[in-house]
Amino acid sequence: MNTGADTITVDRLTRRFGDFVAVDDLSFGVHQGEIFGFLGANGAGKSTTIRMLCGLLLPTSGTATVGGVDVRRDPEGVKRRIGYMSQKFSLYEQLTVDENIRFFAGIYGLSRAKFEERHRFVIEMAGLEGRGRSLTRDLPGGVRQRLALGCAILHEPPIVFLDEPTGGVDPLSRRRFWRLIDTLSAQGVTVLVTTHYMDEAEHCHRIAIMHAGRLAALGTTSELKGLFRGRSIVEIDTGNPVMAMRVLQDAPAVEKTSVFGTAVHAVLRHGDDDLAELRQRLTAAGLTVGAIAPVEPSLEDVFLDVMDRRAS
Amino acid sequence: MRKALAVGRKEFRQIARDGRTLSVLLVVPVLFLLLFGYALNWDIHHVKMAVNDQDRSPESRALVQAFVRSTYFDLVGEVSDRGIGALMDAGTVRAVLVIPDGTARRLHGGEPAPIQVLIDGDDANTATTVQGYVQSLLETQSAKYRLQAYPRAGRPPVRVEPRVWYNPELRSVLFLVPGLIAYIAMLTAVISTALSVVREKERGTMEQVRMAPLGALSYVTGKSIPYLIVSLVSSFGIVVAAMWLFDLPMRGSWLVLLLTLTLFLLGALGLGLFVSTISDSQQVAFQIAALASFMPTLLLSGFIFPIASMPVWLQATTYLVPARYFLVALRGIVLKGTGPAVFWPDLLALALFATAVIGLAAVRLRREWA
Repeated sequence: MNTGADTITVDRLTRRFGDFVAVDDLSFGVHQGEIFGFLGANGAGKSTTIRMLCGLLLPTSGTATVGGVDVRRDPEGVKRRIGYMSQKFSLYEQLTVDENIRFFAGIYGLSRAKFEERHRFVIEMAGLEGRGRSLTRDLPGGVRQRLALGCAILHEPPIVFLDEPTGGVDPLSRRRFWRLIDTLSAQGVTVLVTTHYMDEAEHCHRIAIMHAGRLAALGTTSELKGLFRGRSIVEIDTGNPVMAMRVLQDAPAVEKTSVFGTAVHAVLRHGDDDLAELRQRLTAAGLTVGAIAPVEPSLEDVFLDVMDRRAS
Repeated sequence: MRKALAVGRKEFRQIARDGRTLSVLLVVPVLFLLLFGYALNWDIHHVKMAVNDQDRSPESRALVQAFVRSTYFDLVGEVSDRGIGALMDAGTVRAVLVIPDGTARRLHGGEPAPIQVLIDGDDANTATTVQGYVQSLLETQSAKYRLQAYPRAGRPPVRVEPRVWYNPELRSVLFLVPGLIAYIAMLTAVISTALSVVREKERGTMEQVRMAPLGALSYVTGKSIPYLIVSLVSSFGIVVAAMWLFDLPMRGSWLVLLLTLTLFLLGALGLGLFVSTISDSQQVAFQIAALASFMPTLLLSGFIFPIASMPVWLQATTYLVPARYFLVALRGIVLKGTGPAVFWPDLLALALFATAVIGLAAVRLRREWA
């Protein structure tokens, strides 16, 4: 899977819009066949980065190569080597499934023989056997999403960019979609994906967390969770998480808190030796306290932690 | 080029499947033709007229008969001195013919016989036309009387015999239909092209297409050709409908008509593309496209208001309106049967406009594209 060769290299990439620095001095590399996740709030610079890597937007400074091609010097060459799909699943809704596939095959310049083969592949991948004449707008979201992915990889690109590809799709379809991505990766296709969903990020081989245009953290899931080494996280079950957070924030042992479902996660400054004290504080405030137990940091804990430290 | 073809094929399918676009392109033009063709008619017949005949002589009756026979006037009835005001106020009549007492006597005595015609001036256009009718009717009549009174004087030495070429009956519809064709073709071509590009921006398909190794030029070519063909079909539809409904003569060559229409429509498509590069939503695109196409075409092309009677600075701006040239060429082909030998400068101007506006759109689109 990881052959060690970087198919995407980003070196000090910067993009300004007037005074606003959308992407600030970004550097990283993506290996061939890797699923590389981009995590960050809206406006963190994920989409701007992708647009530069796709050759749609010129960098203000810095360089990037995609599939060995410089995005600044040969954007058309980049476009031939990549597939792109956005959260809009941008297909033509008044056209049928077949007509959409034919159109994208046309603008990618597929030969007739190749077209037959890829057409079959996309129909099969999207689970659209026998529905080639259906109008695209009548398809359910999950199917449309798979068809959009199929159209984006008709020309068998070695690199695929997915910009929030699973927005507004049900969990079952999301799971099926990620199986497709895993398959692509196993075939050696490099996938760069942005997402808001933490469970999706866990699918990625490596994750880059972006904040305000800068790279805030980069690593595998377990490497990122290692950021918590020396501190620990406890999950506290109470009837009233909002009230509990207020009480916990006053405790000297607690660095910060966040709501996690109906429970509260508290990051402790040191080990987990102050649990009894926490329970005492909460009970004193009139809360009924259930279990207090140390937990593994989730990716969401990591993300919030990185954001917090960046903000301060 | 194969890629442009793929874009064109896709666009054709979209047009064919989208009933709204198709009806805008094909049905609305003919509807416009019907509406404007029948409503925009400056020929005035059957003006309602009352008579206040104080003379009651064979001569006065002959005068009234002359008015009625002309078919320009319909006699509503007699009216007394006092009733005139009420009749005009109510709009029952637009004109009143007043023949003073003693008119017959004056005519026979060789004296000047004043006749009064009161015209409702609330619609200045109609009033002017009615005034013209009255004058020419009365002139004809007095020429007759002069001949009776001075038989030896013979006919007047100078006599005007006007003969109007190309449109002998001076039917305004023949003058208006070419303008309508320009107006309708411009409106539909500009708006539909602009909307089709902006729609792709709004839905995100434009971004998807930009990610493909497809140049802006292929995209624009593929996008324009279907609209050019559909607009051509619709323009020919208007011409044929006008021939059938309004007896529009088609005296020139169909091939020259095709060439002229193509040049004009290319400019319109270019304008539509340009509008699409400066607007981000269909709403904005529609407004700009409508304003940029229909205002100048309606007001500054010579379609309704003659360019020669505009102030000089306004005349200068009409040189930027493609419909101005198109109208000269079209009226030449349709009404006069002339060819490019006569109106080549206008064809050249159309070609220049198309080149300039397509170039401008391409530059802007390319900047947006990558």
